[in-house]
Amino acid sequence: MSYEIPILPKSNTLAEARRQVEICNACRYCEGYCAVFPAITRQRAFADGDLTQLANLCHNCQGCYHACQYTAPHEFALNLPGILADVRQESWDEYAWPQAFAGSFQRRGTPIALALVVGLALLFALVTALPATDGLGFYAFVSHSLMIAIFAPAFLAPMVAIGVGLRRYWCAVGGQPIRFAHLRHAVSAVATMRNLGGGQGQGCNFEDGDRFSNKRRIAHQLVMYGFLLCFAATSSATLMHYLLDIQAPYEIFSLPKLLGLTGGLMMSVGALWLVMLKRRADRKLGSVRAWGGEMAFVLLLGLTGFTGLWLYAATGTPLVAPLLALHLGAVLTFFLITPYSKMVHGFYRLAALVRDAQSIT
Amino acid sequence: MTKLNALWDLVVVGGGNAALCAAIEAAELGASVVILEGAPRDYRGGNSRHTRNFRCMHQGPLSVLTDIYEEEEYFDDLLRVTKGETDEHLARLAIRTSESCLPWMEKQGVRFQPSLSGTLSLSRTNAFFLGGGKALVNAYYNRAADLGVTVIYEAQVTHVDIQDGVFSGVTCDIAGVTQLIEGKSVVLASGGFQADLEWLARAWGPAAKNFLIRGTPYNRGVVLKDMIDQGAETVGDPTQCHAVAIDGRAPKYDGGIVTRLDCVPFSIVVNRDGQRFYDEGEDVWPKRYAIWGRLVAAQPDQVAYSIIDTKSIDAFMPSVFPPIQADTIEGLGQKLGISGTVLKSTVEAFNAACQEGMFHGNELDGLTTKGLTPSKTNWARPITQAPFYGYELRPGVTFTYLGLKVDETARVTGAGGRMKNVWAVGEIMAGSILGQGYLAGFGMTIGTVFGRIAGKEAAAHVL
Repeated sequence: MSYEIPILPKSNTLAEARRQVEICNACRYCEGYCAVFPAITRQRAFADGDLTQLANLCHNCQGCYHACQYTAPHEFALNLPGILADVRQESWDEYAWPQAFAGSFQRRGTPIALALVVGLALLFALVTALPATDGLGFYAFVSHSLMIAIFAPAFLAPMVAIGVGLRRYWCAVGGQPIRFAHLRHAVSAVATMRNLGGGQGQGCNFEDGDRFSNKRRIAHQLVMYGFLLCFAATSSATLMHYLLDIQAPYEIFSLPKLLGLTGGLMMSVGALWLVMLKRRADRKLGSVRAWGGEMAFVLLLGLTGFTGLWLYAATGTPLVAPLLALHLGAVLTFFLITPYSKMVHGFYRLAALVRDAQSIT
Repeated sequence: MTKLNALWDLVVVGGGNAALCAAIEAAELGASVVILEGAPRDYRGGNSRHTRNFRCMHQGPLSVLTDIYEEEEYFDDLLRVTKGETDEHLARLAIRTSESCLPWMEKQGVRFQPSLSGTLSLSRTNAFFLGGGKALVNAYYNRAADLGVTVIYEAQVTHVDIQDGVFSGVTCDIAGVTQLIEGKSVVLASGGFQADLEWLARAWGPAAKNFLIRGTPYNRGVVLKDMIDQGAETVGDPTQCHAVAIDGRAPKYDGGIVTRLDCVPFSIVVNRDGQRFYDEGEDVWPKRYAIWGRLVAAQPDQVAYSIIDTKSIDAFMPSVFPPIQADTIEGLGQKLGISGTVLKSTVEAFNAACQEGMFHGNELDGLTTKGLTPSKTNWARPITQAPFYGYELRPGVTFTYLGLKVDETARVTGAGGRMKNVWAVGEIMAGSILGQGYLAGFGMTIGTVFGRIAGKEAAAHVL
């Protein structure tokens, strides 16, 4: 994989996005597909911040591309999902904090793979180097306090970084004070992935040319809800540990196990499905230069889920130690690169939906 | 390509809305169907890819359509625009059948959406396609593929072989190779001739060379001419086309919807010599945009310029090209390539004729000029606030009226009477019903209704 990826200067991308959005605003045939087009029609001129907001509001359902009478070879050469994907990528780079990491894991698969190797190596070293503790289960390999010492900062630091980025985004798009109604609107859109629904529930265009399907939408929700369940599993375990003084390992019919197993399964299946769909999709309708980074990120998510399940299945076997290192290494890598990888899309998209709710109401 | 040697039950010439409706109906009845689309895949669908709605009769709320829109009102609307240039029998057939077409279209995968922003006046009468006409075309091509219809792109039919009123095959250029494609029946759905500028120039005079073509460059009327040469009966004025005033910077072909300009009622329009020539405020724009194509076509060099000031820049929908802008009227004239001095005196004369009164952009406000020829009878506000803006206007041709005469089964008539197995649908025969003017969304109605009829008739004939 080459590191020589041409990147248009930011102003060119924005200028091209502006040109395309202005054509869309003179046409308006696509109003019914998603939230982007009604947002376009509410304006006449588009500042950089407006384009950034539209780009992050776009869910890349691609309906507008296939319906467009002005796609190449027409001289207007519209490809709105493609150019908005590029603007989106660049906005995440611009708002990334610290700036030094901007774009490091967004576009290419190789840095993600390297980060994973480092994460894994670190955990392998820990697991093998440390003497066995008197803890039970995983704690026999890595004590609870060491896990907290590693993972608490590995979780909190990226959250702070994302918070800084979101704040910058909010200023750029002219965000206003957030009310409950805005959040409700945004969360319900995310919960149903409404903007991948094609406006009438027929789904999006992705893996099969101009035919609509809900496959990508369902696969995405499997990953998203799977991830949230895994997160809930960890949170419930933390609460049980500290509040109820119930220590891991937990039984199968405990909250952490039920949530974690279901979530892990959903994440693994969903990620694999997304990868298969993405392989059949037209790359030029997304950000072409970020394809590798996106693919590697989905694989990392899938790996995280899958190794978690495998680890559970291997309980009581000699595989636990290496699988524990594998799983925790994947989780660690995932957390650390979150602000600088595709994962950050979820935060910006939610922000864009909240902002959009503010312009509607 | 080997399958081409087959004897098809139905050969469909053209690949737009009417062609697809015919192909789907025939294939549903079990006919083997080949579609010969002259355009490459990216440009398939003829002018249907530029359309956005379907005018539909309904006796109660139907899909996205509100209230009722009954036959008499629909027919009255048609009479008003055509000034009687219609075939009442065919027109009423199209109107009555439109109601059952909408659910049929939905069944084939076409999706509708509520009226677009800025088109609320059509929410009762016209059902808008979600994503526009290209999305409709995509849905029909997918449906046709599912039914086993064969589609050949870049297949230009040059001759329809008809002996004694009986069709036997078409001569067709496919990727530079001439082939004979044989069939038991044919549906001609290859559109009008508006993209053939030579033909337009013969009908209109040399001025037609300056016209822009709003739709597909593939409607060159080759099949229409071939049929006329073979003695097929025609209908519609051969010298007329439907033209509107569009942005002069639009592409020569295929500019579609985004090249329209809605600024005329809020502006003054001058010709190349800086002179006004028609009442810009005669009526609301949806009722006047169609006449401005001809008005501009009649001016020297077939060009005109719409001039507004800052007060009016937000009064109409944005267009695809930004206006030419200047701080003085003279400067604007120079930038537009006309005499700044003459433009200045025209604007001053107009400003002096403007009267006091309230401006209402969305209705006839009666704000008229006094003592000016020609007068501007609504929305006449002095052009005084810099910056000033100008748009170049040129005639944009939508379609031509000359077509094949058909009966209520869409069958073509030749010198020897009704042809046995030749049908014509869509723009190639729309002149039978729409002999003058235009009614939004009615072209798609004609195409859908008669496309379906022809497909069923052809299948019944061969099976």
